Amino acid sequence: MALEILKPGLSTTVQDLGRPGYYHLGIPLSGAMDREALIAANALVANDDGDAALEAVFMGPEIRFTADAVVAVTGAELPPKVDGVEQPTWQAFLIKAGQVLSFGFLKAGARAYIAVAGGIDVPMVLGSRSTYPLGALGGHEGRALKAGDVLPLGPARRKPKPGALVPPGLRRPGGRDVELRMLPGLYWHRITEAAGRHFFDDVWKVAPEADRIGYRFRGGRPLDFLPREQPFGAGSDPSNIVDSCYPYGSVQVPGGTEPIVLHRDAVSGGGYFMIGTVVSADLDLIGQLQPHQQARFRAVEMAEALAARRERAAALAKLKAAV
Amino acid sequence: MALKTIQAPIPGTFYRKPSPDQPVFKEPGDIIAAGDTVGLIEVMKSFMPVVAEEGGKLAAFHIENEDPVMAGDPLYDLEA
Repeated sequence: MALEILKPGLSTTVQDLGRPGYYHLGIPLSGAMDREALIAANALVANDDGDAALEAVFMGPEIRFTADAVVAVTGAELPPKVDGVEQPTWQAFLIKAGQVLSFGFLKAGARAYIAVAGGIDVPMVLGSRSTYPLGALGGHEGRALKAGDVLPLGPARRKPKPGALVPPGLRRPGGRDVELRMLPGLYWHRITEAAGRHFFDDVWKVAPEADRIGYRFRGGRPLDFLPREQPFGAGSDPSNIVDSCYPYGSVQVPGGTEPIVLHRDAVSGGGYFMIGTVVSADLDLIGQLQPHQQARFRAVEMAEALAARRERAAALAKLKAAV
Repeated sequence: MALKTIQAPIPGTFYRKPSPDQPVFKEPGDIIAAGDTVGLIEVMKSFMPVVAEEGGKLAAFHIENEDPVMAGDPLYDLEA
């Protein structure tokens, strides 16, 4: 029982819920950029939340199945096809031995999750099947898939039901003009009051470089820094600090011009000041942004950030109960 | 003459030239063959070639060099 990769798509990787516990050594969490979509796809094929699936960005792969399987595609609206016949997203469907799964053009969002009953059974590395391509770790040979790769499947955990679906009101395919909630951070004091206002007023656009490591935005006004004598160990640019830890979701602004939100494959530290941290509840939304789409940042306090986290957990519990 | 509109397979930034100081891959009116590179789309720090899947006369471009594209946006018209 296996998947044969005929065409890999743009960058398709094996991802699960990630590899926590090694960030202090520079090994990031990795895992699905849109964790809720991964969990939804797994629920549809009766897998566990953290089973490994494929994450396809912007463009789908072409896969031949060597045995009958139940499959679900969630996240981005990337229409799946079985032997050329379009199938619904957010709904489990059957694919027969020898049939080929392919995809139409992306209609919304950025990353689709392709879960197969039993999960992708690549070896566990440091407790996870996620691919961290920069470190050549995990997934299939530590890299994005290539034509000719063969991926083994695990045994089905429960009997999956083709036709199982996520009700439309509970789907988050990703959209345009999102609002990202941000907790202003430790280095907020480095910029002028006017720069702080502009940061939240301005509309930012996703830069084409945005990837799993960080989402870069441009289009807003450059930040003005308050003058200071740079401390020992910090670089000479006013956006430089003495090296510090970078949280997931932290927003660094090198040179004060283009904010970068660190994501699942984040680097764990460095010398750029951070204006704040996007709340964990909104990181999935970032994973579904296409280049050139618009986003704005909104300041929140810790209480709202924690409430947002509880709200997403409740929404996810509702989704799983509905499947 | 059947006119066919070719769509962008991925979102990103569209380029008609291999690099800023080189000529464009194709001009409107050119006859192109399947397998020819018509442009590049830059996304996630890589440049993906836009390769013609079929040949014909490239009638017109729908977008300019360095324009942003979304997946499914029209790129060029082909007279088959």
